[in-house]
Amino acid sequence: MHELGIVKHVIKTLGDVAKENGVKRIGSVTLEVGEVSGVVIEQLVDCWNYFREKNELVKNAELTVETLEAVTFCTACEKTYRTVDHGRICPFCKSKETYLLRGNEFSIKQIEAELIDE
Amino acid sequence: MKVIELRMTVTSSNDRDAEELRSELKERGIFLVNLMSAPGSGKTTLLSRTITDLSGRAEIGVMEADIASDVDALRIAELGARSIQVHTDGMCHMDAGMTRAGLIEMEGERGIVFLENVGNLICPAEFDTGAHKNVMILSVPEGDDKPLKYPLMFRKSDALVITKTDAAPYFDFDTEAVKRRALALNPEIRIFPVSAKTGEGMEEWESWLLSEWEEWRNA
Repeated sequence: MHELGIVKHVIKTLGDVAKENGVKRIGSVTLEVGEVSGVVIEQLVDCWNYFREKNELVKNAELTVETLEAVTFCTACEKTYRTVDHGRICPFCKSKETYLLRGNEFSIKQIEAELIDE
Repeated sequence: MKVIELRMTVTSSNDRDAEELRSELKERGIFLVNLMSAPGSGKTTLLSRTITDLSGRAEIGVMEADIASDVDALRIAELGARSIQVHTDGMCHMDAGMTRAGLIEMEGERGIVFLENVGNLICPAEFDTGAHKNVMILSVPEGDDKPLKYPLMFRKSDALVITKTDAAPYFDFDTEAVKRRALALNPEIRIFPVSAKTGEGMEEWESWLLSEWEEWRNA
């Protein structure tokens, strides 16, 4: 249950953010998740819906997940390609000497919040 | 409603806790080494041998993190080392907060403390435990393709211990390929092929551990 731990961390981070910014309630949370970050979005959303009930700050917060395309770079021919389509082997020159440029991200992009002094 | 742009990595609250714990442990004189591997890689056997070999040279404690049992902690306690068991209650990794809670039980302990993380090559790599060094264990029967499958773990580790080298004749395991693949992901990683059974390679691993500990104490 990888997603369970992640959601707990998201909620904890949001708690810190709320304190720093004088947030009373959070209306929505947008996450950015790389295609190959290893996070299962359906499970993430389930865990979110389970946990948010237990926390006043995020009780009514809808979760939006934006997926970021994964791109791999080939060091042999110096081309880039979509990781999900071709995996580790370069479709242009068949080299295995490739590495992930992006697609492993997992971040909280933004929140919509109701401030204490509003 | 006001939109607040954050662009924060999800693990940032944990990263902060981990930094705090690292400095706290420095004050307490605990050098924390996070051991990560798949289940059955021989972590407990490697630790047992290391504790025996280093007796008299280093005070060693062990914190076993497991989803539910205490079999590993009992094995370590038999050697006379201080050993505690932490249950993660279904969670697949230890984070800094859980590590701190576990270490409260190690009151008064100084020296090297190993955190035997949950057997899993994915999640533990993503959460900083507050350890001073991260060590990954890969056993020969698991295969030499692991750096290709679990790159993050290799990137996050300071050292890679390849265990069960005595079993190499029975498995199609290419040690040189593992070294090449691991170094491609992390040029700084130190690699120690060992057999805790025959003792082969144990000295190199133990000297590395002692010298890292010494460097940390003098820093």
